[in-house]
Amino acid sequence: MSGEREIEVGYLARVEGEGAMYLKLDGDEVLDLEFRIFEPPRFFEAFLQGRRFSEAPDITARICGICPIAYQTSACNAMEVAAGARLVGGLRDLRRLIYCGEWIESHALHVFFLHAPDFLGYESAIAMAGEHPDRVATGLRLKKVGNGIMTLLGGREIHPINVRVGGFYRVPTRADLLALVPDLEWALEAAIETVDWVSSLPFPDFERDYEFVSLSHPDEYPIHEGRIVSNRGLDIGVDEWEEHFEESHVAWSNALHARRQPGGTAYHVGPMARYSLNFEKLTPRAGAAALAAGLEETCRNPFRSIVVRAVEIAFACEEALRLIDGYSMPDSPFIHAEPRSTVGHGASEAPRGLLYHRYTIDGEGLITDAHIVPPTSQNQLSIEDDLRAYVPGRAGLPDDRLQWELEQAIRCYDPCISCATHFLDLTVERQ
Amino acid sequence: MRRVVIGVGNPDRGDDGAGIEVARRVRGVDAFQDATGSYRLIDLWEGAAEVIVVDAARSGAPAGTVHRFQEPDRPLSPGVLSSSTHSIGVQDTVELARTLGRLPERITVYGIEVADVTQGHGLSPPVEDAVRRLVEEIEDA
Repeated sequence: MSGEREIEVGYLARVEGEGAMYLKLDGDEVLDLEFRIFEPPRFFEAFLQGRRFSEAPDITARICGICPIAYQTSACNAMEVAAGARLVGGLRDLRRLIYCGEWIESHALHVFFLHAPDFLGYESAIAMAGEHPDRVATGLRLKKVGNGIMTLLGGREIHPINVRVGGFYRVPTRADLLALVPDLEWALEAAIETVDWVSSLPFPDFERDYEFVSLSHPDEYPIHEGRIVSNRGLDIGVDEWEEHFEESHVAWSNALHARRQPGGTAYHVGPMARYSLNFEKLTPRAGAAALAAGLEETCRNPFRSIVVRAVEIAFACEEALRLIDGYSMPDSPFIHAEPRSTVGHGASEAPRGLLYHRYTIDGEGLITDAHIVPPTSQNQLSIEDDLRAYVPGRAGLPDDRLQWELEQAIRCYDPCISCATHFLDLTVERQ
Repeated sequence: MRRVVIGVGNPDRGDDGAGIEVARRVRGVDAFQDATGSYRLIDLWEGAAEVIVVDAARSGAPAGTVHRFQEPDRPLSPGVLSSSTHSIGVQDTVELARTLGRLPERITVYGIEVADVTQGHGLSPPVEDAVRRLVEEIEDA
């Protein structure tokens, strides 16, 4: 098929925040492609200036209603590292446990409500619920289990208020945590059944040779700390991020595009990167469920990220149960951490991928400069490269079908546009 | 009989906080405040015999107008309640609950017509008046 045509999606559905896609085609050839983030810039980095170091976790949590714990954790890590403090024992367990809650609720939302309808041909989870009520009910309950952890440890499920630099304002008793166990045991079984279900969905035959980037920790699947590694030999401390990555502005996006340096190439963060770089550190049942579902130890098909997310739900449930089992209540709900005249770097694995923070702190403990790099910013180039690679061979599809498939390809990344602007809408133009 | 009132909205966005304000003031019921009117509502109204959801609305009617939708007699009409970019809104949540068989026996959704949803101030006078009247109506019922 030849002739130029344009496909434009003015407002992408089932993503967080406001974005669009524009595609201009001549037959099989992609002439122009833009993943547009038009959500207005939010200026968080600017209004952190002049605030106390201790305010960063609560201010940055407001960047996202789905992954506030990621923001709070990366901010706390940065401040604690800057102050030479380190969480151990029960406090470290609680930081990891509340993050497990966020992975469960965020991944359940994406797997059941945002992405599964794409594969099954429904406009929405509400439409899907008519024929798959049990699946949707399972998704709701999984989400509730994750939210329950966040509420217990964080004081509330959206923008929790109990997280602080050095730990928490109040910590739960062992009995408080044990009350979560029956729900988590149900959730683990439900997640493993979900891995099996989503692995049976129809996946396009599409793989790309990504540079995967994620945190890595010697002893555990990465969530809340670690070094930054890639499958192309990168192995750096979090404080070296700015030497190996660079952000730049493009006219069609209110979110900065991040690239690897040197070379300016795209890279991929998120569940597929974490999984492929850390497979051997998955908990036993999650790892076994992945293999039983036909995933190999590396996954390069972005559409299969829905399976990886389900595996990570199972992992987060198993890990939460392990953390609860070993928990003993800390003597103090927090440790002393007061950064002065220093720079702090912090990173953690948000459900959507690596989240990097850097703060400069003055002698009074005030923030003079802040730099926040969310996962969706880092994935923008990879999303555009995926779309460019996906279109050839499919350009003969009618506009509405092509648009559906391209939106689905974007949703593989669970993009959080609100986070990235600190930016989605689809236009396809055919000539 | 357990009565549940759920206020939906963002109190930092002027009149969008009308539902939250109703939930904050109302006495004699189990009252909850919710930011998005999304999936969580289905959990909040679990086991309740009567549920009242109060959200902000924008239909073009005069500010302070209270729209009332009562299931199953007068279902929600599309497009009146304000939507959310982050999740599903009250109307979709009600439809999802209906499909899953988790809609309470009796549910009334009130939509309070907004005047101003810009950031950083309280309710406008007509919306404040509507909130006061609605709280009295719920408490007297």
